[in-house]
Parts: sequence; C-alpha cells; structure tokens
Amino acid sequence: MPDTMSAPEAEAVPAEALRGRGWKQAALQPWGRNTTAPCIAARPERMRELWAALDVPEGRALLARGAGRSYGDACLNPGGAMVLTERLDRILHFDSATGLVVAEPGVTFADLLTVFLPRGFVAPVSPGTAFVTLGGALANDVHGKNHHLAGSIGEHVAWFELLLPDSRHLRVSAESDPELFRATIGGIGLTGIITAVCLRLVPVPSNALVVRRTRMPDLDHFLAGFAAAAEASYSVGWIDALATGATLGRGVLEVAEPSESPVAEPSPRSRSFPIDAPEVLLNGATVRAFNELYWRRAPMEGRQQVLPYRRFFYPLDTIHGWNRMYGKRGFHQFQCVLPFGPGEMALRRLLETISASGNASFLAVLKVMGREGVGYLSFGKPGYSLALDIPARAESPALFATLERITRDAGGRIYLAKDSLLSAEGFAEMYPEAHRLQAVRARVDPDGALSSGMSRRFGLG
Amino acid sequence: MSVTMPPATWLVLGASSAVARAFAHQAASHGAALLLAGRDTEDLERQAADLAIRHRVSATPVAFDARDLGSHAGFIADCAARSTGTLNVFLAFGVMPEQAEADRDPATAAAMVEANFTGAASVLAALAPVLEAQRGGTVVALGSVAGDRGRPRNYLYGATKAALATYLQGYAARLSRSGARVLCVKAGPIDTAMTWPLPRLPFMATPQAFARSLWQRAERGAGSVYLPRVWWPVMGIIRLLPTRIFNRLDI
Repeated sequence: MPDTMSAPEAEAVPAEALRGRGWKQAALQPWGRNTTAPCIAARPERMRELWAALDVPEGRALLARGAGRSYGDACLNPGGAMVLTERLDRILHFDSATGLVVAEPGVTFADLLTVFLPRGFVAPVSPGTAFVTLGGALANDVHGKNHHLAGSIGEHVAWFELLLPDSRHLRVSAESDPELFRATIGGIGLTGIITAVCLRLVPVPSNALVVRRTRMPDLDHFLAGFAAAAEASYSVGWIDALATGATLGRGVLEVAEPSESPVAEPSPRSRSFPIDAPEVLLNGATVRAFNELYWRRAPMEGRQQVLPYRRFFYPLDTIHGWNRMYGKRGFHQFQCVLPFGPGEMALRRLLETISASGNASFLAVLKVMGREGVGYLSFGKPGYSLALDIPARAESPALFATLERITRDAGGRIYLAKDSLLSAEGFAEMYPEAHRLQAVRARVDPDGALSSGMSRRFGLG
Repeated sequence: MSVTMPPATWLVLGASSAVARAFAHQAASHGAALLLAGRDTEDLERQAADLAIRHRVSATPVAFDARDLGSHAGFIADCAARSTGTLNVFLAFGVMPEQAEADRDPATAAAMVEANFTGAASVLAALAPVLEAQRGGTVVALGSVAGDRGRPRNYLYGATKAALATYLQGYAARLSRSGARVLCVKAGPIDTAMTWPLPRLPFMATPQAFARSLWQRAERGAGSVYLPRVWWPVMGIIRLLPTRIFNRLDI
C-alpha cells in the first residue's frame, strides 16, 4: 500500500497497547495527498479480526476506510483509529435471475466488472474509478455517468449489513430501518462499519458501449448538448477549465448506449505514474496545451466508437497513481452540483474564477444530475455537477472559499467524497438533513465511538 | 502432467491466510477444485463462496486444526475421499508470535512449535500414503527465509521453519520414488496480517504477486525455492556472514 508509511510523529499510542492486537502506527493520506494523518491502523483479513478491531486501543475514535479514494479527510481520522476494509473482499452470493450480488465491503468495482461483465451484468451505477470499494461507494453514495437516469448507488442497494461499535451486527434495508438506511448511505462511515452489501446489478447485451464524442465550442452549446442527451443512458462532459471569454466552458461531450455487439477487449495494461512530478512542470502553459490537445482530439462533427465498459467508465485507471502528477503537495478536488436555472450563471462564475486564479487544472468534468439521493448526506440533486482538480498551494483555501460562496449563493452543494476545505457553516447550509444523521448516530453510537477528520471539521463530533 | 489439468484438487491447509487465499485463487483460475482447511470455518464458507462465484469451480470448507494431531489421519482420509482427480496440497499454516512473548511464556513457544512443525510433520505423514497411492501430485509447503539463519528477532519461528525445511528434504526424496513432487518455498516477508504490525520490511511482496510466482513454480518445480527471487542472493550472503559480524547486525 503506497500511502501507508511509518509515522514517527504519531507516537501517542504506546507500542505496548498495540502489541499482538493487529494495530500499528500509520500515516494515511487521502487520494488528493494534500495532508497526512497520523493514526493507528488495523487491516482485518476476516470477519473475526474485524470484530476484534472494535476493541480500539485507548478507546480512540474509529473510522472504516476502503480504497482511500476520497480526496480529502472523509477517509482520514487524525489521531484516531482506522480500520482498513480492503482485505474483506469476498463475493458471497450471486443470483443470475435477479442480478442481486452480495459482497463484502472491500470488493471493488473492478472485481464486479471482471467477474460479472462476462455473465452479462454491470454495476447499476459506477464511479469514475474502478478501484473504489463497495463499502466506500455506499458510505459516499457515489454516482456515475448515468445519474440523470439511475440516481446514485444507494437506490440500487437492497440491503447492507452494518457492524456497530458495540458489536451489534444488523442487516439494514430501506424497509427494516429507514432512518439507519438513510443515515448510512452517504453517511461517510459515521454510523458503523459496513460488512456486506446486497446490490442489484443490471443486465447488459454485451461488454461494450457505443460512445459518441462531440466537440462543444462553449458553455451554452454544452448545456444544450446535455439537454439534447437527456435520454442517453450515459453522458459526461470534459471541460477545458482554462478556456476564457468566448470559449469559456468549451469541451467534449460524451454520450453512450449499451452496444448490442461486443468488442474484443485487450487485456488491461496499466502503467504507474513513476514519481511525484516536479511542480515546475505543472504550469499554465503545459496544462493549457494538454487541454487544447484533448479538445481537438474530438472532431468538430463528432465521432462514434464502440468501447469496452472499462475504457468508458474508468478512463484514468490505466495510469496507477495519477495523483502523483500534482507533485508532493498534492491537490484538492472541487465538485459541486448547482440547480438548473440559477445554476447556469453560477457555473459560468465558477469557471471564470478558476480560470482567472491561474491555478492550473487539467480537464474538469461536467455532468447532469437527476435527483436527490436516498441518504441524509447524499450529494445528488437535480442540476449541473462540476468537478475539477486544483493543485494544493498556499492560496487554495482562499480560492475554495470563493468557490464555496458561489456554490452556496446558487443553492448548490459540495460533494463530501471530494472535499477537504468546505466550511462548517457551508456544510450545514448545503446538508440540511445532517441533524437526522446525528439523531441516528445518537441511537446506534451513543458513546460517540465513530468519528473522522471530516466529521470533526463540520462539528459533527 | 501439469497440475492444472482438470479435474485436479488442491487441498489448502491454513486456508484463511492471505497467502493461502491468493494461492487458492490461482489454483481456481486454472480450473482446480478446492478443499479449504482451517479452524475458522465461518470464514472458509465465505472464501468457498467467493472462489466458486469468481472461478466457477467447486470449493469446499473442511475443518482442520494443525495442533489436533489425533485428527490428522481421519482428516486426510476425508479429504482424499472428497477430492477429484489428483490431490495436491498447499501447506500454508503457521503462526509467528513475537520472540519476546515466546521467551516469556513457554506455552506460547510450545504452541508455535506444535503448529508450525509438529502439526505440519503430522499431517504430511498422514498424507504421504495417499500421494504414493495416486503416484503423483504436488505438495507445496510455506517455509521462510527466517529458517536460513536464526536472528534475535524471531529465532524460534525461524527454527520451526528450518525444521520444516529439513523434514521436507527427506519427505521429497521419499515421495519422488512414487512420482509426487514436493516444493519448499522459502518466503520473504509478505504483506499480510502476520507482518502488518511489524515495522516496514524489505522486498515485501503482495500476496497476489507471491501466489502468482508460487503457482508458476508449483507447476514444474521441486526442491526449494526463494520467493520473491531476490531473497536467494540476499540469504546467500546472510548465511555466509561470519558469526562475529552477524551478531552485531541489527537485522
């Protein structure tokens, strides 16, 4: 695991208290690599060891972590205890008549694709990287390129099993305990440790999608393009976040439909980003050139291709550790959703602000979202979602404060899975149902055993 | 004959460990049926389901306790009856309590010797007639580089693995007469629950990469092999270090 390092500065827990119990000192980073959190960490390989991990040395605050693909402190617990669920990765049951799969929390979307695509099933909703675990996907109520039709993943969960800090183990569905269900879906790990997920996979005719890419000259054309693609199974836009003036919001719109005929899929080849890129390489000129090339790659009149699911769903997954591209200091990701109507002006202002800040950002992602998610802290709501990376610099907090202000004024919402800088007030305004999560936590975790860097930042305890 | 030829069976002893699981996936991906032996049968049920779903093979949990020597003959007979085709065995169980703990508590020390060596010797002895009768099959046993030279940090563990390696030499010679192959893998540190609490170790292998290499070796090799391969030259040097120097090293 590349992001686990020995942490001399985190010597708060005496070695004697850790000995022989499966814990060790660790220092974990989120995917954005913008901070390093000293903690103690356990990595159970079977359920018995997971149960044992509930006995946390010195009663430290506890948080589960899957693949660590959250960009900020949603997957960190500075000074606390982390239970890594990546090794709990067994597929327990599959019913090809209904598409229902039951799996442990460490099973990834890559696993689902490898095992079930050859049998004609895919995940109903998939995030932009296949390395995400099912436990993490539920805890963040992730969405994909079909959100406008399918919603986020919580809508496709028949039930999950949850381990509470006091060792109670519950099977939870929307019927059995609607409050706990809604608190856990999108609940960023604050209600317990997810130990199993029952997910409805969807049947597909082949291993491929018919993908159409079209160049969009500006933001108005882009939004019109999305409106025209409202019925498409999948749609996503790549925006050149550095374009300004008449070309503001230019980019490439991709829409896709399941293909009736399969394509030959070369065995996945992956490369690793070899080093922390020197920051001098990441400047306005290089990023501008890259974005220009990407934009020109899609012909003006559009191009249609049949692509395997893997290539359309997870374009960045062939480059392991691409997060090192942003250098040692890491990066922040900003993702918000803005309601249709007033959101269009806010979208323009966000792009102008980012472009004017001179903070180099590779391609931004634009997406239409369809509806609210089932979780109290679900990100989804009808509108436009914009996501982009910004290298971590001294001025990042000020820039993000501006982006947050624009988002709040438009009635938008910032995505917790990506966030590292949202203010507590901003959170309270964007997530008005947070008090319902807190009520459930008071019931299932009365001693407040569960906590994260993010929950403390928002004053959730 | 390749061990991957169906309908072979792999019996995995100590099947709950990360290395055993990764090896079972290798075997299953080559079409072998699996018998998963260990104490945590609830965990083995999960693993069996996973193997069956991912690889469409038969996978069956079997209760097994390395330290319950009296049960071994019956256990092997049961496994032989359940297996299809050639029976092959991956012996993967072992425990590694801290040396200091073993020094403090004789029961801990005895339990480690019993599991890592006595139990292994016992179950292998029960297995030998089955392999001789089928005139073939492969035994892979998980040894350790720690068995090559005793270090202050884990010399009792190392001693159990050295004993196992010596046992396997004679065992391999005996079984070679009936066409069965025995491979002792001298493993370097692998990133598993066993090594998780330890400080960062050199040349750490993932269970998956280790199992892939081991599978390739198991398909043809016999005798002993260092995995990852880098441990062959490293241990060559460490074995040759003069005692005076070795004793001063903090390794």
